[in-house]
Amino acid sequence: MADSRASGRALEFRDPRRGRELTALLGRLCADIGRAPISVMHVCGSHEQAIARFGLRASFPRALDVIMGPGCPVCVTDLPEVDEAVALALSGVRIMTYGDMLRVPGTAKSLADARAEGAHVDVVYSVAQAVEAARRSNEEIVFFASGFETTAVATAAALLAGTPSNFSVLSAHKYIPPVMEIVAEMPQTRVEGFLAAGHAAAITGSEVFERFVERHGIPVVVAGFEPLDILAGLACLLELIRDRRATVVNAYPRCVTREGNRKAQEALWRVFRSIGGRWRGIAHVPNGNLRLRDEWAHLDARRRFKIDLAGLWSYAPPQSAAQCICGDIMAGIAAPTDCPLFGTKCLPDKPVGACMVSSEGSCRIWQEYGGRPDLGA
Amino acid sequence: MTHEDGEKIGLKHGAGGRAMRALIKELFIDRLDGQPGPGVGLGAMDDGAAIPLGDQWLVITTDSHVISPIFFPGGDIGRLAVAGTVNDLAMMGATEVLALSCAVIVEEGFSRADLERVGDSIESACRDANARILTGDTKVMGRGEIDGLVLNTSGVALSRRVVRDSGLSPGDLIILTGTAGDHGLAVMACRHELELEGDLRSDVAPLNGLIRQALDAGADAVVAMKDPTRGGVVSALCEMAQKAGVGIVLDGPSVPINEGVRAAAELLGIDPLIVANEGKALIGVRAAAAERVLGALRGHPLGRQAAIVGTCTAERPGRVVLDTGFGRRLLSEPEGEPLPRIC
Amino acid sequence: MCLGVPGKVIEIDGMVATVDFFGVRRPVLLDIVDEPVVAGDYVLNHVGYAIRKIPASEVEATLALYEELLREAEREDLMAADVRSEIAAGERKKDG
Repeated sequence: MADSRASGRALEFRDPRRGRELTALLGRLCADIGRAPISVMHVCGSHEQAIARFGLRASFPRALDVIMGPGCPVCVTDLPEVDEAVALALSGVRIMTYGDMLRVPGTAKSLADARAEGAHVDVVYSVAQAVEAARRSNEEIVFFASGFETTAVATAAALLAGTPSNFSVLSAHKYIPPVMEIVAEMPQTRVEGFLAAGHAAAITGSEVFERFVERHGIPVVVAGFEPLDILAGLACLLELIRDRRATVVNAYPRCVTREGNRKAQEALWRVFRSIGGRWRGIAHVPNGNLRLRDEWAHLDARRRFKIDLAGLWSYAPPQSAAQCICGDIMAGIAAPTDCPLFGTKCLPDKPVGACMVSSEGSCRIWQEYGGRPDLGA
Repeated sequence: MTHEDGEKIGLKHGAGGRAMRALIKELFIDRLDGQPGPGVGLGAMDDGAAIPLGDQWLVITTDSHVISPIFFPGGDIGRLAVAGTVNDLAMMGATEVLALSCAVIVEEGFSRADLERVGDSIESACRDANARILTGDTKVMGRGEIDGLVLNTSGVALSRRVVRDSGLSPGDLIILTGTAGDHGLAVMACRHELELEGDLRSDVAPLNGLIRQALDAGADAVVAMKDPTRGGVVSALCEMAQKAGVGIVLDGPSVPINEGVRAAAELLGIDPLIVANEGKALIGVRAAAAERVLGALRGHPLGRQAAIVGTCTAERPGRVVLDTGFGRRLLSEPEGEPLPRIC
Repeated sequence: MCLGVPGKVIEIDGMVATVDFFGVRRPVLLDIVDEPVVAGDYVLNHVGYAIRKIPASEVEATLALYEELLREAEREDLMAADVRSEIAAGERKKDG
C-alpha cells in the first residue's frame, strides 16, 4: 500500500467507478443465483466498520444479505472473564488493557466501574506499552489481553522478548476459525459463504480454512478492508456460491498467502494453546479460547493470583439486561435493529450489552454509522 | 424538564452539539427569550443576532475562546478570537464590521511575552478583517484559578440583509468554501504530539472578504450560511437541515480534504467531517446561481478550493445522508466536537 | 487505531522500525514479521507489531484481480445471454 501522497495508489482501492462496476457485478451474480436472500457472513469487526462507514449495504443487491457474525473479540468475552479482571482490579492489582475492554459489562461491574471506585485501570494501545510500564514500576501489572489471533501474536511476541517479573497476562484471547464451525452447524443458519478477515489470515494463512470448506461445503473468501476489497471479495464469494464450489479463495494477495506468517504462528503456539470455552452469547466454542501454556505459568495471572469472584456475584443484573439480545446478534441471527433497546436505552455512552461497547461491536457500529438505512442509490 | 439535584455540567455541554443546545434552550432561552422581538434573537440560535435599525439590520455576536494549546500550527487564540467573531457576523450576512470588543482573562504567572504575541496576532487578524477593537476588559485570576488565557470577543455590524442558517429549500445546492477538518486535526495532532511530515495547519482566518464576494455574486440567491466550527461540517449541515425542514445529501468524494488531514484522520480514527473548521463556510445557494457564486469564491485566496458538496431534497426532512461514492448512509448528528477546548 | 494499518519503513534499529503512516512516524516492532525488512519496505502493522511485509507487486496483483473479475463477468454475461435465450426458445417450443 503506497504512500497516498506520492502517487494516490491507495486511492485506487477507493475508486468509485470500479466500485460501481463491482456493485453491478454483485447484482448480476445474485440474479444468476436466482433466489433470495443469499446470506453470507463475515466474522470481523473491521469488515463491519468498513461496510457501515462506506454505506455499502445501501448498494448491495436486495437479494444479498451480508451478516456480521461473532467477529468482535471484546463483545464475545464472556462474563466470568471480565469478572476476573474486575476482581483483580478491585483487589488492588493494576490492570492494563485495550480501550474497548474498559466498559464491557461483567456480571456486576465493568473495569470502568472498578476504576471509578478507585481501582487502577489503564488503557494501552499495545502490549509493549504495558511491558514498558511494568519495567518502570515496582507494582504488579496485569495485562488483560483481548483480541483474536492477530492481536494474540503481539502478546506472544512480547512474552517471548522477555518481561519483568512484576508483569503477567490475563488472557481472554480468542481464536476465530472454530467459531465458523459453530455457526455453520447452527440449525438456524442459512449462511452460504464466509468472508474471512484478511489480517487474521495474514497470520494464519488461508490454508486454515481448507478443512472447514471440505467439511461443510461452504466457500470461504479471504478479503481485505478497503471498499473495493470487500466488493471484490463478495463477488468472488457469490461466484463460488453460484457455481457450488466449496473452496477457499484468497482475494487479498497483497497481505495473505496460503501458509501465512510461519514465524508469527510459531510464536503464537509456543506461548498459547487453544481450549474450549464460552463465548458470550455463543455458548461453548471448542478450541475457541487461547490460554497460556504451562511453560508460561509464571506469567499467567490466573495462576499468579487468587482471583475471588464471589464478591461480584451478589449483585442482580439490571432489569434491562434481560432484554439484551447481544448473543443472537453476535451469532448472526438477529440484527441490532431487532433489539428493543437499540438506540433507545442502549447507546454508546450508556451501553447495556457488549455489542454497544466495543468499536467492533455491530450495535455500536450501526449506531455510529446510522444503522441499516434503506437508502437505495 | 426537571433535573436531579446535584446534576453537573459536563464537557458535552460545551461541545456544540445536541447536549449544548438543550442546555442553552432550558437554561437561557426559556428564561430570557420570553417575548422575542423582531429580528433574529436568542431562540433562533443562529450564528448571531439581528435587530432592525432603520432600513438596515444591526447584527451582534459574541464568542469566548478557551482553546488549548494557545499557540497551534497555523494560528493562536488571538487570531481565533478575532476570526471567530468576524466570521459569525459574516455568516449572518454582515461583512463590514463596525466594531469589536475584546475581553481578556489571564492566569497569574502567564508569560508577558506570550501575551504580547497574542496581542500581535489580534492586531494582524483585525487588519485582515478590516475590523477594529474599540473596547475591552482585562482581568487576572490567581494561579490555577483559570487555565492560561481566556478571550471573549463581541462584534457589531450593519447589514442591509440578514442571511439565516434556516433558509434552505429543496433543490438548493450547498457550497463548502474550502478544505474540511484542518483546524480540528491540526489541534488534535498537536495535542497527541504527532510529528507530521506534511503540514497540518489550522485554517483560522477571517472570512468576511470572501463572503462579500459570494454575496455580491449571488445576492438573494444566497439563502443560508453557517460556519462549520465545533462538530464540523456534519453538525452544521444537521442544524441547517433541521431548521429548514429539508433533507441534505452530502457528496463525500466532493468534499475537499487536504492529504495530510486525510492521513492524520485515518490514523487517529477521526472523521474530518466532524471536527472544527475556523476558516470555512457552508453556503446554501439556489441552484441557478451556484456556478456564479462558486466562481466568485474561487477567485478569492481563501476560496480557491471551494466546491459544491451537497444538495437539498424534500426526502427525509431534517436528516443528512452521506453518499460515500460506494453507497449511502444516514449521518447521525454528532454529540458535538470530539475534542474539548478546540476553539 | 493502529489496527492493521500499512506503513513505510523509514529506518531500523535492531528490532524496532520507525514506520511512516501517511506522514506520522511510529515505532513498530519487527519480532514476528516473517521476512527481512529494510528501509523502504511497506509493512502491515497491528497493535505495534509488523505482521507482514507488503510487496509492492501485490498491489498490482490485487488491482489485476478486480479487472479479471470484471472481465470474466462480461464474458459470462454474453454466455449467460446465449444460454438464457436458448432456454427461452426451448420454453416457447414446449408451449407452442
